[in-house]
Amino acid sequence: MKIIDTANNIAALAAKMARPKVISAYPITPQTTIVEKLAQYVESGELKSEFIRVESEHSAMASCIGAEATGVRTFTATSSHGLLLMHEMLHWAALARLPIVMVNINRAIGPGWSIWSDCNDSIAQRDTGWLQFYCSSNQEVFDTIIQAYRVAEHKDVQLPVMINYDGFILSHTSMPADIPPQEEIDSFLPPYSPEWKLDVDKPITHGNIIGPEYYMEVRYDMQLSQMKAKNVIKDIDKEWHKTFGRSYGGLVEEYMCDDADTVIVASGAIGAEAHASVDELRKKGKKVGLARLRVFRPFPREELKKIAENSELIVIDRNISVGMEGAMATEIKAAVGNDIKQFIAGLGGRDVTHKDIIRMYELAKENKDGWYSVEVE
Amino acid sequence: MVSIKDLPENEYVLEGNAACPGCPITIALRTMLKALGKDTIITVPASCSAVIQSLYPKTSFAVPTLNIAFEAAAASASGIEAALHAQGKDDITVLAWAGDGGSYDIGLQALSGALERGTNFIYVCYNNQMYSNTGVQRSGATPYGAWTTTTWTGKKEKQKNLAEIVMAHDIPYVATASIAYPTDLYRKAKKAKEIKGPKYMEIIAPCPPGWRFDMSKTVEMARLAVETGAWLMYEFENGKLTFNGPSKGIIDGSREPKPVEDWLRMQGRFKNITDDDLKEIKKELKERWEFYRKKSQLF
Repeated sequence: MKIIDTANNIAALAAKMARPKVISAYPITPQTTIVEKLAQYVESGELKSEFIRVESEHSAMASCIGAEATGVRTFTATSSHGLLLMHEMLHWAALARLPIVMVNINRAIGPGWSIWSDCNDSIAQRDTGWLQFYCSSNQEVFDTIIQAYRVAEHKDVQLPVMINYDGFILSHTSMPADIPPQEEIDSFLPPYSPEWKLDVDKPITHGNIIGPEYYMEVRYDMQLSQMKAKNVIKDIDKEWHKTFGRSYGGLVEEYMCDDADTVIVASGAIGAEAHASVDELRKKGKKVGLARLRVFRPFPREELKKIAENSELIVIDRNISVGMEGAMATEIKAAVGNDIKQFIAGLGGRDVTHKDIIRMYELAKENKDGWYSVEVE
Repeated sequence: MVSIKDLPENEYVLEGNAACPGCPITIALRTMLKALGKDTIITVPASCSAVIQSLYPKTSFAVPTLNIAFEAAAASASGIEAALHAQGKDDITVLAWAGDGGSYDIGLQALSGALERGTNFIYVCYNNQMYSNTGVQRSGATPYGAWTTTTWTGKKEKQKNLAEIVMAHDIPYVATASIAYPTDLYRKAKKAKEIKGPKYMEIIAPCPPGWRFDMSKTVEMARLAVETGAWLMYEFENGKLTFNGPSKGIIDGSREPKPVEDWLRMQGRFKNITDDDLKEIKKELKERWEFYRKKSQLF
């Protein structure tokens, strides 16, 4: 069924169709409409699920942990300061190996209060052990939420997944999306079968004190699982393509990269916008491609290295690791081993149009990079 | 009235656990779990009880146990309860088992949230009146005058009354207990198990290394706390406030409490209190009894 709706409404619909047994969330702009919609689904009986109306995001994640540990599929959504308040529990969920799925609407951090898009909220959660997806369209939001449960719950992964998309640019913008029938979603995503749970007939203690002789193995296993998740994500993307006819390239969506001498690397809404920039530059005869970073954790090191073998990279970060540089740029440099051009753009929701991206391309060709619209025009 | 001999023989706090000698928490949890039985899931925030379980890969808790972050016990209980309800397992008791730090202070928001949401669980605050686990720092439950490692010259502020804050949430059952009265504790736990909705219990838990008394005196210390009126045992149920054991007589005036000095002098943490401090402590106790005298007449 084709619908036209906002990313938030489509995210709520995807969450509903994934049939979580427990939803726990606290409202924050620009995530609120997801929570409202899900509450409506539950209260109208359209979705058979427990909805916990928590008093904070910290409790949202803590209750998702409690519920998931008791053996059921869960869902939550947040944004910005809400995600930051969850930080401790994000680590907890990942170390507890609970495949919770969460939507985060990327929004800048205050002060001053900003409700507009940037990715500093989720980039600050980089090391929590969560898998991170960045979406570029409402359709991708829907598809990724369903896929995320398969990835998270996969026996080789068993880690939580965060699906990110830009505040307002996606969250409140209506776009068309194709919604498969429930039975097709059900056959793609079977009911949750937990690897471990709290069970009165098989009592276990989870998370008690662990000495130095065991702790490193716990972390090592998380690392192995994130590495294995790369193939799991790619396989599930292929399966999705076979079933529903859409693919996002797994970890990195490449567009016109094959013969490109220059490849723009971006994610989220800027990644979508860069598509149009590449089209325009191609019309002018420029051999430009786009590598849209869809997955930030696990980091697609091999994919980017391969792209960088034959092309110069221009990386656009909608985040800043203050005191260093854009977080994507740091990691891409570490992955590819050669120099890149790197821009910081769009912080606090500053508009980044396809023309701005073309301008960044031109600047890069003049051997310039930096803070776009601040230190380079 | 159940007698001590009637308590079930089943043990859910196992031998060889990592509690300090003379620890009141194992006494309290042992009694609680005897009342709640096998079909109980327990969630434990950062606290002595996280240590008592002993080190991975061993455990001394024989019911399913989730460890959770310091401020998150009540929120995790909401999640456990929702998941059980979603699976039709409403006969399982959810127990949040937290210290006073995790309840009075860092966990207060989550506790208030879970109470207001009507989470069907039992929240127990075992109150040793300080952060024992981290080495005896003051908490919101530390009494006036008490030495801790963050109040070297004695705490200058009064303790807060968390049970009153909890009662303001209008939940079906609130009870306070003492490990020196295990049958009273057992009866209250049994009652809490049968009531639907949020239940709050608070158990006085004298900590030998923290309060600075001999480890053989834990139960005696918990009894004296009640006999001196420094700790009150009551139940608040269906809008009715009932005092239990010696607390009943202390509140209705039919029983003369033992001098609070008897309790204070046994504890190294009150070693340096002045006569003025003692006056202040006595004044505070009298005010508390008077408050509850009036309250029990109201309800």
